[in-house]
Amino acid sequence: MANAEYIGVKDIIGPFVLVENVSGVGYGELVDIRDNKGRIRHGQVKSLSEKATLVQVFTGTGDLIPNTTKLRFLGKPLEIRLSKNMLGRTFNGLGEPRDGCGETYGGKRVNINGLPLNPMARQYPKDFINTGISAIDTLTTLIRGQKLPIFSGNGLPHNQLAVQIATQAKIMGSDDFAVVFAGIGIKHDDAAYFTQELSNRGHSNNIVTFLNLADDPVIERIATPRMALSTAEYLAYELGLHVLVIITDMTSYCEALREIGVAAGEVPSRKGYPAYLYSDLASLYERAGVVRGVSGSVTQIPILTMPNDDITHPIPDLTGFITEGQIVLSRDLDSRNIYPPIDILTSLSRLMKDGIGKGYTREDHPSVSSQLFASYSRVQEVRSLAGVVGEDELSKNDRMLLEFGKLFEEKFLKQGKEEEREIGYSLDMAWEILSNLPRSELTRVSLTDIHEHIRKYTD
Amino acid sequence: MEAKTNIAPNNKEGTVTFVNGPVIKASNMRNFAMREVVKVGPKKLMGEIISMDGDNATIQVYEDTDGLSIYETVTGSGESLSIEVGPGLIGSFFDGIGRPLNALLESEGMYISPGTSVNMLNHDKVWDVTPVAKPGDLITGGMVIATVQETPLLIHKIMAPPDTEGELTWVISKGQHKGGEMVAKVKDAFGREVSIPMIQRWPVRTPRLYRERLLPNEPFVTGQRVIDGLFPIAKGGTACIPGGFGTGKTVTQHQLAKWGDAQVVIYIGCGERGNEMTDVLEQFPVLEDPRSGRPLMERTILIANTSNMPVAAREASIYTGITIAEYFRDMGYDVAIMADSTSRWAEALRELSGRLEEIPAEEGFPAYLPSRLAEFYERAGRVVTFGGENGSITVIGAVSPPGGDFTEPVTRHTKRFIRCFWGLDKNLANARHYPAISWIDSYSEYAEEVNGWFCSNIDPRWGEVRDEVRQILAEDNKVQQVIKLVGEDVLPDDQRLVAFTAFLIKNGYLQQNSFGSDSYSPPSKGFEILEVIMEFYKKALGLVRKGIPISLIKEDESVDSITHLRELSPDDKDGFALARKRINVHLDRVAAERTRKLGGE
Ligand SMILES: Nc1ncnc2c1ncn2[C@@H]1O[C@H](COP(=O)(O)OP(=O)(O)O)[C@@H](O)[C@H]1O
Ligand SMILES: [Mg+2]
Repeated sequence: MANAEYIGVKDIIGPFVLVENVSGVGYGELVDIRDNKGRIRHGQVKSLSEKATLVQVFTGTGDLIPNTTKLRFLGKPLEIRLSKNMLGRTFNGLGEPRDGCGETYGGKRVNINGLPLNPMARQYPKDFINTGISAIDTLTTLIRGQKLPIFSGNGLPHNQLAVQIATQAKIMGSDDFAVVFAGIGIKHDDAAYFTQELSNRGHSNNIVTFLNLADDPVIERIATPRMALSTAEYLAYELGLHVLVIITDMTSYCEALREIGVAAGEVPSRKGYPAYLYSDLASLYERAGVVRGVSGSVTQIPILTMPNDDITHPIPDLTGFITEGQIVLSRDLDSRNIYPPIDILTSLSRLMKDGIGKGYTREDHPSVSSQLFASYSRVQEVRSLAGVVGEDELSKNDRMLLEFGKLFEEKFLKQGKEEEREIGYSLDMAWEILSNLPRSELTRVSLTDIHEHIRKYTD
Repeated sequence: MEAKTNIAPNNKEGTVTFVNGPVIKASNMRNFAMREVVKVGPKKLMGEIISMDGDNATIQVYEDTDGLSIYETVTGSGESLSIEVGPGLIGSFFDGIGRPLNALLESEGMYISPGTSVNMLNHDKVWDVTPVAKPGDLITGGMVIATVQETPLLIHKIMAPPDTEGELTWVISKGQHKGGEMVAKVKDAFGREVSIPMIQRWPVRTPRLYRERLLPNEPFVTGQRVIDGLFPIAKGGTACIPGGFGTGKTVTQHQLAKWGDAQVVIYIGCGERGNEMTDVLEQFPVLEDPRSGRPLMERTILIANTSNMPVAAREASIYTGITIAEYFRDMGYDVAIMADSTSRWAEALRELSGRLEEIPAEEGFPAYLPSRLAEFYERAGRVVTFGGENGSITVIGAVSPPGGDFTEPVTRHTKRFIRCFWGLDKNLANARHYPAISWIDSYSEYAEEVNGWFCSNIDPRWGEVRDEVRQILAEDNKVQQVIKLVGEDVLPDDQRLVAFTAFLIKNGYLQQNSFGSDSYSPPSKGFEILEVIMEFYKKALGLVRKGIPISLIKEDESVDSITHLRELSPDDKDGFALARKRINVHLDRVAAERTRKLGGE
């Protein structure tokens, strides 16, 4: 019996209420909860048994009085109304307008959980996105339809980097591009930075924003990314737009999930996070990609702050196991004033293998990038040796590596916050820096490449 | 779908009393069987009974339970979780519970919605059938009744089910027949006639039987130098690839699925990315099997429960895969199965166990984790089938330890049940030394067993060279510890030569890019490279002992080029010979100059 109203709840436990003698209610169904002043908040059915129904209340259970609380089961899951009119608008974490411009009309309603894409419907993403950032384009190439998170730490310039990617990736300003921005538990200032920068540098008409700010109800954070991704899928697969989804901060999302799990009395897994954290994150991150026969695409750049800068913490760890690589920011590089402070060795783009090289970027791209990784990792070894024996005691070879490392960081990695570099320019610079190395170090580039690209060997 | 097992008939109904995600409970279940497959609610979601308590049953549901209500109906199927086996498996792509994803795509569109039921195999597809048995033959389980040319490479043998025994009274005619047809009738000792269908069913949790187990003796050649050369796996062997995220588990599994020396390959994407399955789907039809020259898809079967698909079906996907593997093994084929990742399967067990409120053992995993792992890996092996042929199943499981820590329960227990360990090293992966298989942590218990094959098929010195190389790498490991503390320059030259030779092995031999012409490297090519390196080492060692400084030995283009030998094509004999010659000329010249100088002093 959908839509019947029930008066009174048995228990209130954290963000949950327990209701008895309910019938005909479906798992995951949406609930309207009315307090004694007649105000409505939303909730969702979390478990069902003959004795009682457990309802998770978005916006929390504060002020609810067991005897007078009324529940109406709506017979449908949590939905969002999707339409073209969403472009340029700002919503709260539950998909309600927060810009004072009223409801969006028309369109269709969909379940925010989405459905798993049939892997046969997918098309393997291969289109290179030129972000104009040397470190990304050359070494952790972003591909249209990829899910490539930024692993950052508090105080590192992840917001600037995300904005630079979004604006320089020519996602803005063109008709078939859109940005969906989801702020989860973020500070007012961060939210303002994103919205302002994105609208200043492009057309504000191409952005849809979902904001759950730090002081908004924690439980709404579970819904926020799903609202954003449902919108992105609609824009991409039905309107044919190339959509870039920026979600920040995934750490707040996971913490909300933990808080709710603990309140529900679930058996926790690593560091108190629920055992289903992997599956839950996957249900978000997998909502990126390219679908065969459809012109749009969904590219995701989730941002997360690593607790204590620890990459083995469950949040970055499980994320890295699901996403198609990661861009890791380094506090050390940042403190040396290198922007973007990308730690290339721990960063990875899993999709670059098919999106670079002949016919995509440039023929020498795969091998030159591999060589940069190999040599820069040698630089780290030599630096730690130099820390022990002193730079003067290093061999000639090792000193050349140090010099290479310096050039790599100062010239190649470092660039302006609005500087755009073409991929060809970045690759040429890579060769130029590599030519400082002894030839025996060049094991990743082929003999042919060496003769073609390193001036002192070309003759 | 007709029932096969002897579970009580179908007209029984239970009632849902509890729903919590993929785990539900139902009452009035007394007439259902433990492990019976059931249909739940109006959408007829597929589930499996996992525990029985009086009138009540706990059911794990393989599909999303959103919208399910209490007091809805549960009906039985009369059988335990089963799949179809028969012509049409090869080249197909199934979900964790055996639903064909191409059929779902046609009927449902781009998304997979709950409650869709489709036959696993197409019963209307017509096959070219050739009978093998004839009326009057005595038929027992495992005997081949008829054959179907399923692909240009593979003859699909239709076998009598294991419990068959009796006289064949009728057999299918030679020619075109639909997959749904019967192939024979057999009359047993009591005069009962049983029909044998072309497409049969098998319960996935029950291993298929064989006559006898054999010891592995032939390598499963992978075309990956570090594996074939240092840590080989045998046909019928078991291996695991543990590694943190991004260290190369999936790429290695894909490499083995592409280039591994098997007649049938089953690839299970278990709780991993959708795009990785798409990658295989797009590549395998166009890539050629290096041995047969045919498209790889003609020997491949894909199974996917991607990370965003329901978690209970993840648990099932492993069994679906290994059952298909056993079915082809029973025809006398060498089958290889890759499971990426077994950790996701273990985590599915943990998630379900948690919802069942079972008492957890280590890190939340149920106490039966090790026995489930053992059961899975034990389904590998080289056997004599009931049809009297030799077949094998090679199992390679990826393991995804949290934080890359190999002491966690899944890695630790898996190590107990496998014999080949390819440990991936984060630092190697960071330096893009691929495959990032650590030459220090990895091991293979098959190396001895397959050495004979390599000696007679590749080179009689195979084992000897392997030992020498391992010796250098082991010594280098010690030398590197010292280098980290004092630098290289202060070491004696013979140690520096060890370090340098190890450098050549690492960069010239072990390193192998999967995405280029070096992707498949036949054992003979790897052997050539190693011989060049070891020849250089021995000669250089002689010079070092004579007091010639290592810098003179190292610094020459001919020596630099050792790390580029892998750029040569495998059959470029001249290329290898030329490289050898140039190295020798260089070393001879260094030696001669030394003698001249000494003589002149
Ligand atoms: N043998 C290899 N050759 C070239 N690149 C590799 C190789 N192995 C791994 N990689 C690179 O490492 C990335 C991560 O590998 P992957 O197998 O997806 O990691 P995992 O499954 O362990 O998370 C790949 O996208 C690829 O770029
Ligand atoms: Mg993987």
